[in-house]
Amino acid sequence: MLPDSSGHFGIYGGKFVPETLMPALAELEEVYSKAKADPSFKEEFEYYLTKYVGRPTPLYFAGRLTKHLKGARIYLKREDLCHTGAHKINNTIGQAILTKRMGKHRVIAETGAGQHGVATATVAAMFGLECEIYMGTEDMARQSLNVFRMKLLGARVTPVDHGSRTLKDAINEAMRDWTTHVRTTHYVLGSVLGAHPYPMMVRDFQSVIGREARGQIFEAEGRLPDCLVACVGGGSNAIGLFYPFMDDPGVRMVGVEAGGLGIRTGRHAARFATGSAGIFQGTKTYLLQDRDGQVMVTHSVSAGLDYSAVGPEHSYYKDLKRVDYTYVTDKEALKAFSLLSEIEGIMPALESAHAIAYTMKLAPSLPGDRVIIVNLSGRGDKDVQHVSEIIGDR
Amino acid sequence: MGRIGETFKRLRNQGKKALITYIMAGDPDLSATEALISTIEQAGGDILELGVPFSDPVADGPAIQRASERALQSKTTLRKVLALVKKARKDGAAIPVIIMTYYNIIFQYGIARFSKDAASSGVDGAIIPDLPPEEAADFIKYARSSGLDTIFLLAPTSTGERIKRIASSSTGFIYYVSMTGITGARLRNLSEIREKIPGIRQHTDLPVAVGFGISNEDDAKRIAKWADGVIIGSALVKLIEANRGRRLLLPKVAGFIRAMKGAIG
Repeated sequence: MLPDSSGHFGIYGGKFVPETLMPALAELEEVYSKAKADPSFKEEFEYYLTKYVGRPTPLYFAGRLTKHLKGARIYLKREDLCHTGAHKINNTIGQAILTKRMGKHRVIAETGAGQHGVATATVAAMFGLECEIYMGTEDMARQSLNVFRMKLLGARVTPVDHGSRTLKDAINEAMRDWTTHVRTTHYVLGSVLGAHPYPMMVRDFQSVIGREARGQIFEAEGRLPDCLVACVGGGSNAIGLFYPFMDDPGVRMVGVEAGGLGIRTGRHAARFATGSAGIFQGTKTYLLQDRDGQVMVTHSVSAGLDYSAVGPEHSYYKDLKRVDYTYVTDKEALKAFSLLSEIEGIMPALESAHAIAYTMKLAPSLPGDRVIIVNLSGRGDKDVQHVSEIIGDR
Repeated sequence: MGRIGETFKRLRNQGKKALITYIMAGDPDLSATEALISTIEQAGGDILELGVPFSDPVADGPAIQRASERALQSKTTLRKVLALVKKARKDGAAIPVIIMTYYNIIFQYGIARFSKDAASSGVDGAIIPDLPPEEAADFIKYARSSGLDTIFLLAPTSTGERIKRIASSSTGFIYYVSMTGITGARLRNLSEIREKIPGIRQHTDLPVAVGFGISNEDDAKRIAKWADGVIIGSALVKLIEANRGRRLLLPKVAGFIRAMKGAIG
């Protein structure tokens, strides 16, 4: 079972943080492993997933999209229907319960698109925890609706105005806050990133997506899917869908990264296309960096995918070739955003639109008896203003 | 025993404490760093930590973050910093030099290659704040074989078990982080430092130096009573920031070093 006891996925993962945080990681690991073995934790987690998040989310057969693409049958795992509008809340519910168990009263989080920030602020409100969210100023500009939502939920949103002013800088600042307030504060990391036990713990919380999808596709089709498709920023929605299918060798998995303006322009976030192994923000993983080891600035139309590294477990699957990683450009994602809105009445988050965009290429290449599940990880309401600025009012 | 160990031994015999100073190499450029190294040594600095910039310095506060940005602007790389140390040694610098940077910089350079090149350039040790001993087996192996000291950090949150592990992985000295926080933060609770140091000494005979947030002579003086060395980083980096490109830079730095050295005795 991965990760191993020291938090490694093959050569990736591990714990690369300042000493001040090492005891906090050990505490989190201990509290989490006790919780995992405790039926009352599972009960509480599932209670909130059902009654508060609204799970299970539907697995929806996208009939019009299937017909339009003239190929494989396409199912959408509707994480966009979760409370707060994205899969992120599956993880924040789990971590909020752990925060209480650790006796901590304050949570902090980073956010890129704002979905994880909203999900953290939401559970903090519900559990009565103090909450501070770090967000890059560039992301605040393109996701202003989510900034306001977090404030309405009672969280403090702290702008991060250095570096690339995006997700990676928000994580740096959250780590600095955590180092300073580690005795009272839990860091609710929002993806399968960072030091052990985060990649494992967040994967476990998000695996509810794949477990449900597995049961639902058997119900709908009486068999396993042929392919799973999900976008990969840090990679939590992708791991959440993929993980429960890992032992099914016939199920192909595709992770879709942000190709930005195109790989050749250098303005993208396709870590697996041009990155290499490095150590960044607590973990060893694929990283976009220069030859001296400086982390490169990324670009994507989608704030949630605009990140220089990727979850270490994905790096492991990449080398193992268990998961295929590809990318689509900003332009393709925007086209998918419009298409899904027009023919299914579902506005995907720009992150999830990357998975739809790849599906638009994949589905027509497959016969009509094949089955694809796409993780529709979030809804696009938050992106409407940003998209209208780009494509204009048509 | 290397230069670092010998320095502590000499100071101990004289009943003195070590003044360890941190500057960011390449801030604002490498020729300024070259002049600063010799100024610091002549003014009484006992050990020098030379920062190598990284794009994402998570353990550092605003002062060292800004210094990193300036050093990256001036295109400072690990290779150039090692060459600078080599030149300084040739020009007679005798002060022990420690490279302080984040692990990815060393990982990309190559751990084995770094250990070899650093030692042959006259570097005496390395501090890597985001590399705990758990992940440092390779680094320790290659550093030992090249004769580089591996200086690990201890924090107020470190448990007894971790103190033991870190003490057994360290050579040269142990870097005790004065507070839960980042470099340059305000030091509020000195008594916690006094209480923690005996617990560290139970596990090691290595010298213990204290850093993070020490910015004035009073704090330095009090901490020097309990520790073997006092590490000054952000306060010096700020002084360099304020006076960079000015003729007063070196005299100001020399005055600051002399005052700190005077305070810790």
